[in-house]
Amino acid sequence: MEGLNIPLNHILLVSTLLFSIGMLGLMIRRNIIFILMSLEVMLNAAALAFVAAGAHWGQPDGQIIFMLILTVAAAEVAVGLGLVLQVQRRFKTLDMDSADRMRG
Amino acid sequence: MVMVNLILILLLGGVLAMLSESVSENMPRRVALVVILVDLAYLLSELSGMPSLTQLQAPVPDDPSTWLMHFKAQWIPAFGISIELALDGISLLMVLLTLVLGAIAVSSSWTDIMVKQGFFEANLLWTLAGVLGVFMALDLFLFFLFWEVMLIPMYFMIAIWGHENRGYAAMKFFIFTQASGLLMLVATLALVTVNHSATGEWSFSYFDLLNTAMTEQTAHWLMLGFFIAFVVKLPAFPFHTWLPDAHTQAPTAGSVILAGILLKTGAYGLIRFAVPLFPDAAMDFSFTAMALGVAGVVYGAVLAFAQTDFKRLVAYSSVSHMGFVLLGVYAWNELALQGAVMQMVAHGFSTAALFMIAGSLQERLHTRDMREMGGLWQQMPRMGAVAMFFVVASLGLPGLGNFVAEFLVLLGLFQVNPWMTAVAALGLITGAIYSLILMQRSFQGEPNPKLQGHGLVDFAGREMLTMAVMMVALIGLGLYPQPVLDMAQPVLQSLLDMTSVEMMP
Amino acid sequence: MVDMIWLVPLIPLLSSILLMLGSATLPRVLIGLLGVCSVGAAAVLTLLVGLEFLANPQPFQLTLWTWMQVGDFSPGIAFYFDGLTLVMMSVITGVGFLIHLFSTEFMEEDASYARYFAYLNMFVAAMLMLVMAENLLLLYLGWEGVGVCSYLLVGFWYQNSANGQAARKAFVVTRIGDTAMALGLLLLFTELGTLDIQAMMGAADQQWQVGDRLPLIACLLLLGGAVGKSAQLPLHTWLPDAMAGPTPVSALIHAATMVTAGVYLIARTNGLFLLAPTAMMIVALVGLATLLMAAFTALMQSDIKRILAYSTISQIGYMFLALGVGAWTAGIFHLMTHAFFKALLFLGSGAIIHYLHHEHDIFKMGGLRSKMPVTFWSFMIGSAALAALPMTSGFFSKDQILLQAYMLPEAGPWLWLGGLLGALLTAIYSFRLVFVVFFGEAKTQPDGDTGWRMALPLVLLCGLAMVGGYFIIPVAEVFPAASTEHPAHWVEYVSISVPLIGLLLSYLIFHSGQLNVDRLVNSSLGQSLRRFWFSGWGIDWLYDRVFVRPYYRLSGTMLNEPIDAIYGLIVAINQTFNHWLAVSQTGRIRWYVASMVFGLILVLTLALQIPAEAL
Repeated sequence: MEGLNIPLNHILLVSTLLFSIGMLGLMIRRNIIFILMSLEVMLNAAALAFVAAGAHWGQPDGQIIFMLILTVAAAEVAVGLGLVLQVQRRFKTLDMDSADRMRG
Repeated sequence: MVMVNLILILLLGGVLAMLSESVSENMPRRVALVVILVDLAYLLSELSGMPSLTQLQAPVPDDPSTWLMHFKAQWIPAFGISIELALDGISLLMVLLTLVLGAIAVSSSWTDIMVKQGFFEANLLWTLAGVLGVFMALDLFLFFLFWEVMLIPMYFMIAIWGHENRGYAAMKFFIFTQASGLLMLVATLALVTVNHSATGEWSFSYFDLLNTAMTEQTAHWLMLGFFIAFVVKLPAFPFHTWLPDAHTQAPTAGSVILAGILLKTGAYGLIRFAVPLFPDAAMDFSFTAMALGVAGVVYGAVLAFAQTDFKRLVAYSSVSHMGFVLLGVYAWNELALQGAVMQMVAHGFSTAALFMIAGSLQERLHTRDMREMGGLWQQMPRMGAVAMFFVVASLGLPGLGNFVAEFLVLLGLFQVNPWMTAVAALGLITGAIYSLILMQRSFQGEPNPKLQGHGLVDFAGREMLTMAVMMVALIGLGLYPQPVLDMAQPVLQSLLDMTSVEMMP
Repeated sequence: MVDMIWLVPLIPLLSSILLMLGSATLPRVLIGLLGVCSVGAAAVLTLLVGLEFLANPQPFQLTLWTWMQVGDFSPGIAFYFDGLTLVMMSVITGVGFLIHLFSTEFMEEDASYARYFAYLNMFVAAMLMLVMAENLLLLYLGWEGVGVCSYLLVGFWYQNSANGQAARKAFVVTRIGDTAMALGLLLLFTELGTLDIQAMMGAADQQWQVGDRLPLIACLLLLGGAVGKSAQLPLHTWLPDAMAGPTPVSALIHAATMVTAGVYLIARTNGLFLLAPTAMMIVALVGLATLLMAAFTALMQSDIKRILAYSTISQIGYMFLALGVGAWTAGIFHLMTHAFFKALLFLGSGAIIHYLHHEHDIFKMGGLRSKMPVTFWSFMIGSAALAALPMTSGFFSKDQILLQAYMLPEAGPWLWLGGLLGALLTAIYSFRLVFVVFFGEAKTQPDGDTGWRMALPLVLLCGLAMVGGYFIIPVAEVFPAASTEHPAHWVEYVSISVPLIGLLLSYLIFHSGQLNVDRLVNSSLGQSLRRFWFSGWGIDWLYDRVFVRPYYRLSGTMLNEPIDAIYGLIVAINQTFNHWLAVSQTGRIRWYVASMVFGLILVLTLALQIPAEAL
């Protein structure tokens, strides 16, 4: 694996960027599909950081955690899409602000 | 094992009653009645093998082998928590009262529960199981557990089958009891910790905790924790405000159990735990406690007089009557304590009967408002006569149980504090005022024209039988209270001996 | 025979229970028979026991069982029998029997025939318990028992709210006295260690000196009970209202028996009162004040039963006066004769009311002499005895009281003078009643005269009211011997002549009209005095303002639980906090995420501030 020696810092920078983009999306988007997508981005940002760290230390743990995150993301999407359907059915919109019945 | 069985029969009986609803709508109440009667018969058959109660040796409070029955099994040994049940004269008296009034409660709601009968009867039986546990548990952790067990089914009974304002009443009842129960839990844990630091052993057993050494300050605060938990249940002024709402809103059987039995757990707790665990602190506190008792006697009576709701009036009369119990306990001599125990039994019957009458009226008239009643005697003479009996019982007519109780309390109290007795005796006058106005507003006076031709049905066989049981009980208690006094006497005597030893310098 | 004494209260009690259970099913004839015969049987038993006792006058006691036993406190269901008990039992069962018989006709038309006799029998049983009790607690049982029966019977016609009001007033006012008495019991037991009357008086004699503070307090507390039950000042207001009950009930309970229970109580506990001369003086003064107050009030009433009610209060005042001056025998003697003639008067008024369609106003009657001869003669004899005209029963008893009052050192002559004034008034108001009702022009037409069941009791009571004065009551052993001194002869002559003067005055004013008092009555002072006396000296008005209304107001304002406001405050505080915190709960994910991020940044920033070596 010669030549492809990207410094760890760079990967973490990308990961942080990805995470920030995801979070920003979460904070400004109202459409529930985009919220879910933002969440995916954040999860993957974290996963990238794990893989990079694993590679850096030469340990397999990072990749194991990546597998776990993959599963969590899949489960989350399954539940999330179910919610999307319910929200669509109840409120006839995908705008999450319309589902603010828990407002105190 | 007998005691465990007693509780288990009721718990499983509750499940059975719930399941039996699928057989027929009317099945659950029959099952419930049979279960309670079986439980009672079982207890009596076990007792018949025991030495006569009148020849009981005085149980030594901190020696379980001298008690009538004692059962102990490990539960959570790491913390010294065990399943420890024991029975002495007072607990036995209360257990018998619970089972008899339980059967009466089932009978009282024979026809007025329309929905979810199975679950209703199950809740009723579970409450009774919790109450039995409270009267028998001598492990403080177990005691707390049962304290909660009797609370939750009662909450459901009020919240589901109650009257128009049931949600509020059920919640108020729950919060008051729960908050005070929390105080008791904290006090229990603190007591156990104090005991641990003194002896190095973890134990929740009553027998181990009885002689815990602690500073005056600690004892005072812990005693307050127990005291408040019990007087909220009793209820004593000024912790009584949950009671009128809960009693008024509960279904008839719920009111009967609440007034007849649940209130007595508070009094029982005072006699069994609050005073013996902290004798010195309790004695220092007795003046305040008695003052609260007197305040309750008078305050309850004055408020009862103004009520227009039949059940609310009876509820306030309970506040007044339970004031006498508090007085009796804190006067802490044999006469007053016997009076307090007697009052627990007699009040159980007289108030349960009045709530049953209120329930019967509600079933027939669909109101509890006495402004809508009047002259009911004309249409329902049997019910009127029965009501008259229990009204004069509740105002303390000599020859009936309540008089014996109140007189003994006053007699005991007089030796401790004559002035307070004089104020408490005002309860006799105010008691007459509210009792008679109850009769006047409902059964006497001009017949309400709105009720004419309604074809009101008078008491019939089942109701008269239930009432007759309670009337006979009250007359028996009034003219020959000795069996009850004898049952309680050895226990009270040994409690008195123990506390007087402790109080010596 | 004497062992059977417990049957005397038991028979009426059983009959009462039987009547309650069978009220719907028993035929009317059987109801009447049961009601009358049970009391008759009690009377016969009393007679037999009495004869045996008179042959061998030894007091005896009989314990049925120990009522309750708590420590040293062990009152029994036990009876004590001596001459005083015998007198009381005879009056209760004898007069009671006649009144029951009278009732069978009086109540014939009433729908609740069985209920009436059930209550009346229960009353007799309770009253017997009261006088037979060996200890004060059992006496208290009878005491409260008669109170409840009185309540039930005054409010017998329950459909009229006014009757219920009167019944409750009767019960509550007497209950005030009863509570004082209960406190007295507590004090006596605490100090003397027993409630057994004989043992208690013995112990009191040993422990206390004459004039001590404790016997005074105990006696005053007992006196509280006595004035409540016997309708003396200041607790007399219930009795005139209690006339709302059926008239035979007024005769039995509110004239002959129950209201004299207070007199019995004081006489029974004479050993205590002798230790407290101050209490005795108070008893005498209460009696005197009451007898004068009630006599003036009776003079102004127009309701036939209220006149008799006030006269009862007044006559019991004489009994209290007798007790207070230590004339125990005279007091009990007056109790007995009063039971005869007052029962007679009440039954007579019952007959009038019955045949005059429930008319109570004496000024709407008149000229009944020829139409109701039996009733007329009953009233003549009854009023003569009430006024204490010579040779009637009332004369003997009242004369004794007045003479013994005179003999009391210091205050004696004054008490005697007050009693004389009362006797004068008594004669005036009792014959005012006779003249207005039976003479003059007829204003109404009665339905007829009494049937035999009404007439027989009246005739027998007439006999008793005439000859009762010659009875010798066997109470010599019960009370300390009275002094045998006699006052000067002029005192006796004055005492005898005053009622005659009263009769004459009454005749002149109310019958012949030769003495015209209109000017006096119509003057402004006369009018206001008249109103004042008519209202019973304004005492009812005063109590209404001072006690009844404030109590209503107090309970009315507290109706909605002032205490609950405290708990309401806790709830309100919680809710306020809840509102504050709920603002942050917008229900928007973006808002939550943003606050999380902000929070995270805040925490991280703070964490970086902590120097590394501190970690």
